[in-house]
Amino acid sequence: MNVLKATRLNKHFDGVVAAEAVSIDIAAGERVGLIGSNGAGKTTFVNMITGYLKPDAGAIEFDGTDIAALGPREIMRLGVARSFQVPQLCAEMRVIDNMIVAAACGGEALSFWRPAQTDGARARAVQLLERFALAGHAGRRVAELPGGVRKLLDIAMALTRRPRLLLLDEPTSGVSVEEKFPMMDTVMAGIEGEAAGEAGEAGSAGTAVLFVEHDMEIVMRYASRVVAFYSGRILADGAPAAVLADADVRRHVTGGLK
Amino acid sequence: MKRTVLSGLSLTAIFLITGLLLPKWLQFLCTMAAANGVVSLGIVLLMRGGVVSFGQGLVFAGGGYAAALLSNKLGVTDALLLTAAGGAAAVLMAAPFAALLARYRGIFFAMLTLALSMVLYGVLVKTDALGGSDGFNMHRPTLLGMRIADAWSGYALYAIAVCVCGLLGTAARVYFDSARGLVSLAVRENELRVEYLGASVARVMAANFILAAFLGGAGGALAIMALGHIEPNFSYWTTSGEFVFVAILAGHYSVLAAFAASFLLELVRSFSSSYFPNTWQMALGIFLLVVIRFFPRGLGSLLKK
Repeated sequence: MNVLKATRLNKHFDGVVAAEAVSIDIAAGERVGLIGSNGAGKTTFVNMITGYLKPDAGAIEFDGTDIAALGPREIMRLGVARSFQVPQLCAEMRVIDNMIVAAACGGEALSFWRPAQTDGARARAVQLLERFALAGHAGRRVAELPGGVRKLLDIAMALTRRPRLLLLDEPTSGVSVEEKFPMMDTVMAGIEGEAAGEAGEAGSAGTAVLFVEHDMEIVMRYASRVVAFYSGRILADGAPAAVLADADVRRHVTGGLK
Repeated sequence: MKRTVLSGLSLTAIFLITGLLLPKWLQFLCTMAAANGVVSLGIVLLMRGGVVSFGQGLVFAGGGYAAALLSNKLGVTDALLLTAAGGAAAVLMAAPFAALLARYRGIFFAMLTLALSMVLYGVLVKTDALGGSDGFNMHRPTLLGMRIADAWSGYALYAIAVCVCGLLGTAARVYFDSARGLVSLAVRENELRVEYLGASVARVMAANFILAAFLGGAGGALAIMALGHIEPNFSYWTTSGEFVFVAILAGHYSVLAAFAASFLLELVRSFSSSYFPNTWQMALGIFLLVVIRFFPRGLGSLLKK
């Protein structure tokens, strides 16, 4: 079953084509890598899905609901979550408090009196931190953490509400070559751990993951499907090996990378 | 939450008993410190969301005038009722601007609130029916249907202020520790993230502005009952500045620190106007410099581990 159905999205900025007839369907549990050079339209696509930009034309459905006209907050509350290329955290707070903020923001209504720091909230935060190998950092202030740990925390926060679709914006950018695979292993294990935990509770099909990535090794290893963008259009969409072998993709996106 | 309520109750009881032992001048000083402290607590509440209002004089005066008018014109004399009415009047004054102000941060928020308070000042000065620049007097309030005897008036007003501060201070602590209170702190640090996690930053900020207005109005009502006289200066920018001074002195961690800082301000004001008349602002300035140098996060940071 498709969680996301984007149909013929168009977006122009003063004559620059950022999206032209972009159609992508994403099924529950899929791992989709978005590739393309700078200005190809990856970020525009992510911004349209998350409500930051409105498409000029086209339709976006999430779980059968039309979300094209909704803002980021409404879309997030429907079950879409995102992480950021530059982690967006509360630097002066402790790691565990960041997780509790994430849970509180996603809750039904922000209570004026019910305490934020309950045993239940802490237990859920610790559970997620453990899935992302962050439990050892729980009591530390975010400002003291190294970059890779911040990236993991950024993603763990996005997963707090058990989204049906998770968008990761360049999860390995700024992470050293030696660290990027272990980090992505942790991310994927964390997401799958959450999905398994959730399946145990509710029998869900798991979170679909859409990640924007420049590193083709990461894409090959972690995506089950790759969508290649070039000047606002989709060049190729399919299995990673097939897409990366495509002549157009090699010419315009990967630059002849083998 | 239970612990917060118990601490609030015990502190209120301790201050009620201590008040009996205080000399009259100190009783009055504490009453004013409590009344002004509630107003500054409102700024502390706003500071937790990352903004500072330089115009709390607006709600302070709004609450004060509302209480005084209710007492003089409508014969409502109960102190607790007047305090609640002062808070409610301030909320009514602030509510139309909440959505607008929720969109501004930093100096823009500060200046817009300052502008609102100065508009009110201008109106009050020009309104002869409200006594113009001289203001007007208010009769001594009653308490729960009883007249307050002359001999006890000082302590009664002190006790009312302590009880109101105990109640509002406890409520503020519960709010700071609540889910919404934690999200306020997150807004201070990263609005984008809060919005992308599904909470409305604008609504959090607007609610904070209204809560701070209630505290300001209640403080205004307490102050006018203790002073017995109100004038447009309640809304003047220097009055607002003193509330900001106390909030900065207190920092945004602790409720108690807001009252402690307010007490310190009253003490410095009282002593410097006796010993260094006409230069008390200088004493205040030096005092603030020392605090900023040694406790950049306010007195409350001493209480935080």
